[in-house]
Amino acid sequence: MAELLFWPALLAYGEAAVAYFGETRRPGLPGRLATWGVRIGWLVQTALLAAQAARAEGFPWATWAGSLNLFVWLVVTAYLIWGCRARFRLLGLVVAPVAAILFVVARLGGGTDLGAKSHYSSAFLVLHVGLVLAAFAGFTLAAALAAVYLFQERRLKRHDAAILRVPAPALQTLDSLAGKTIAISLPALTLGMLVGLVRLEAEGGGVDALMAVTVATWVAYGSYVALRYAQGWRGRRTAYLALAAFALVIVVRLALPATHFA
Amino acid sequence: MKLWLVGISYRHAPVELRERVALGPKEAGALARLLAREIGECVCLSTCNRTEVYAVGDEAEERAVDTLSVLGGEEVAAKSYRLTDHAAALHLFRVAAGLDSLVPGEGEILGQVRTAFEVGAPGPLLNRLFHDALRAGKKARTQTTIGESPTSVASAGAALAQQVFGELTGRRVVVVGAGKVGELAARSLAARGADVVAVANRSDERGADLAGRYGADAIALEGLADAVASADVVVTCTSAPGFVVRPHDVRDRRGRPLFLIDLAVPRDVDPTVNELDGCYVYDIDDLEAVVESSLAGRRREAERAEAIVAEEAERFRAWQASLDVVPTIASLRARAEAIRSAELSKAKLSDEERRTVDSITSQILNKLLHLPTVRMKEAAAAADGVLYADAVRHLFGLEEER
Repeated sequence: MAELLFWPALLAYGEAAVAYFGETRRPGLPGRLATWGVRIGWLVQTALLAAQAARAEGFPWATWAGSLNLFVWLVVTAYLIWGCRARFRLLGLVVAPVAAILFVVARLGGGTDLGAKSHYSSAFLVLHVGLVLAAFAGFTLAAALAAVYLFQERRLKRHDAAILRVPAPALQTLDSLAGKTIAISLPALTLGMLVGLVRLEAEGGGVDALMAVTVATWVAYGSYVALRYAQGWRGRRTAYLALAAFALVIVVRLALPATHFA
Repeated sequence: MKLWLVGISYRHAPVELRERVALGPKEAGALARLLAREIGECVCLSTCNRTEVYAVGDEAEERAVDTLSVLGGEEVAAKSYRLTDHAAALHLFRVAAGLDSLVPGEGEILGQVRTAFEVGAPGPLLNRLFHDALRAGKKARTQTTIGESPTSVASAGAALAQQVFGELTGRRVVVVGAGKVGELAARSLAARGADVVAVANRSDERGADLAGRYGADAIALEGLADAVASADVVVTCTSAPGFVVRPHDVRDRRGRPLFLIDLAVPRDVDPTVNELDGCYVYDIDDLEAVVESSLAGRRREAERAEAIVAEEAERFRAWQASLDVVPTIASLRARAEAIRSAELSKAKLSDEERRTVDSITSQILNKLLHLPTVRMKEAAAAADGVLYADAVRHLFGLEEER
């Protein structure tokens, strides 16, 4: 029965995605409906994850689809921390549809089913998968912030007359938040990778392509942090860099079923 | 109790007439108290766009019109509008929400309505009316975006600067030229917390005068590039024939954005500056387009605000209508209580028995009258409330008691 929690959660995320779109056309009530959609969706998905954890033998999100389910929850959690404020509603236009689509993909892959069995030790997976997924959730949000930054910057540059009609965060706020999100997420990725390397060392095994791309991702975000905080990079350049690095995150996510979960 | 509104506004009367009856808050309060002594309740709302007298009582209309005539002459009285009860309440609710303002949703009117209420002489009806109107005004502003967008070129410039920087507190503003329009833009930025740090002008005297008002440095146009280097926002409004700010003047930014508001015609800022990374140039046409779009947005939001205001006005109407049946309900209860007490006094009972019977009959009476009381209040909110009240008076002989 608990599997059925997927549907109300999806319905809430879907409603939020549509309402966020409505907010761009007519700000006000659609924005509030969208915010409540995300909140309700998150609560229901939390209940689903709790049910999965209660019924599972070992770590319940050890599959590719399961990890995607957890990933969606982490992204929405990070968004909810400050995304409910009126000025950040535009960000929901990116987050809510992505969350809804990925949640469906997780469902199709069996990631929302109950009673999962894991062959891995729970402690290892909680640390490795949890940290890497948390970092990826942060990078996803940073990419969304960067995308909104570029969208808003373009509107300002082009003197869009309607720019004040839809409330949006200031460019410097978007830039600063993206920077902070990446600065917080990078140590989580570093720790997650270290845990993976320790296990690799202990249990043997070779380096696969996914690991190489993950290292490339780490280098990309490391460069972002270095350029931003040491070289003073700001604005459009850092936004493009955050999006380029996020492309590597997508590659890693897509490559997961072919490598780690093969 | 009949509610009356007598007033004139920019919609029907030109400024030549409005200025005759324009009153400051103190004068408006004094007038309201003076009228209230004669008619009961009165609040006088006077702004640059309207002077309105809200009064309650049988002679309220006559006295309010007389007052306007005395203050502004017969012409003013002839141009005045007169509204009663629901129409008067709806009008005040619309005024408080900024829906009757020249610029829909302007924020100043809500404060003016509050001040008029505070200095006036309201009684039970106007007290409720103004409280409800202030609530409706706030609700319209919080549930719609009617009051959020800028309505002038100066405020549009400041709002756009906020799109770049967020809070403007501590942001450095350089003003180039000491013209009136530039000063308005500087004032709008300063009102949002920005610091005007330098004023560059060809004439030392005017530049120093403007700089002095903001505690800024007056600098020569030759030193402009240095000032721009440390600025976050630049406002230009000179009458120079060529560009005053060119791409090579924008240097040492180190990733810091620069927002330039060019209010001059011919333009002061080379448009190619907008192509530089982190630089945003808005000229007068760009700003006017933003204002026009904002006003269009306000007009659209006004439709939603109208619905909110109508709902609040309807609630007030229901409350006001319930007042009509209150005397009937009170008479009915008094009549019933009188009968109960009289019959109880006739009975020969011990003290304990009397207490018991007194308690039981009181409960019976309350239960019996509860439903008619509720129904009569409900009916009062509808059109047939007075009929119900008349019927109750007739059936129970309440008229003869008066």
